[in-house]
Amino acid sequence: MTTNHITSLHIRSVPVLDQDEALDFYTTHLGFEVRDDIDLGFMRWLTVGVPGQDTSLLLELVGGPQHDESTAAQVRELVTKGALGGVFLLSDDVHATYAALRDAGVEVTQEPVEQPYGTDFGIRDPFGNHVRVSQPNVAAPEQVQDAYDAAATK
Amino acid sequence: MGRPLQLSAKEDINRRMLRARDEMDRRYAEPLDVPTLAAIAHLSASQFGRVFKDVYGETPHRYLQRRRVERAMTLLRQTDRPITDVAWDVGFASLGTFSRTFSNIVGLSPSEFRAQHAPVAVPSCFIATWTRPREQQRRPTSEPGTTAVSEKREDPDAD
Repeated sequence: MTTNHITSLHIRSVPVLDQDEALDFYTTHLGFEVRDDIDLGFMRWLTVGVPGQDTSLLLELVGGPQHDESTAAQVRELVTKGALGGVFLLSDDVHATYAALRDAGVEVTQEPVEQPYGTDFGIRDPFGNHVRVSQPNVAAPEQVQDAYDAAATK
Repeated sequence: MGRPLQLSAKEDINRRMLRARDEMDRRYAEPLDVPTLAAIAHLSASQFGRVFKDVYGETPHRYLQRRRVERAMTLLRQTDRPITDVAWDVGFASLGTFSRTFSNIVGLSPSEFRAQHAPVAVPSCFIATWTRPREQQRRPTSEPGTTAVSEKREDPDAD
């Protein structure tokens, strides 16, 4: 194994089309806290995270100088088509989380479903990014595979 | 939250079509309900199919077929449910139509697929996304260099 001294996943960028809208969604609906909200002049450095957990999301506005106009338009189109990546969250009461988000009018892509690894559901953020919320069960990975195998062979 | 989200016309239509496609994903086992989907997208029923194809590159009917087949692949892989039940579970009204559609899209019959694929233990949304069959997975209908035979259209409401 290569020793490269990496110790944790710190920040993951999420493409957003409006940072105020993103901030409202990720804090009001998902309960994230603001880690940084800094006007750097050339960009607004806006990070949020789950309280008590180190990893942050950078709510990154599409259209910075790294993209020409055409590329930025393509990225915005991909976001709004739901074609880019997603965020995966854990909950200690997935049904309560689902009910709260549904009642708040958040777009639900899938109601809670029991899976061999736990229960999860899907939503979208205001721009089309997929957010998945899961409550894992206590099964170890080997037990999850065993459950799949048993279902297929019983 | 204050001002409404500013989207270009193209982005706005994408976003509305994504809501409609998400509804199709949720209700995949139900018949294609174009008026309801069109209402979600704030379009007329007559506009819906054309705009959906503009955004996602295929007709709503074909998308729903691939979605159903992807679910069928999961059920075949992860469970021992009889193939007839799988067909019914994912929204096909007849085993014959299911088998033809499945073979056409996947290139294997449902029973051949089940025999060749073991269960996998990863989150269901990744299974759904990464096992959704692409069009080019269809079984070749002709030798290279010859003219391909058109796909059979035995479904009465096929696109």
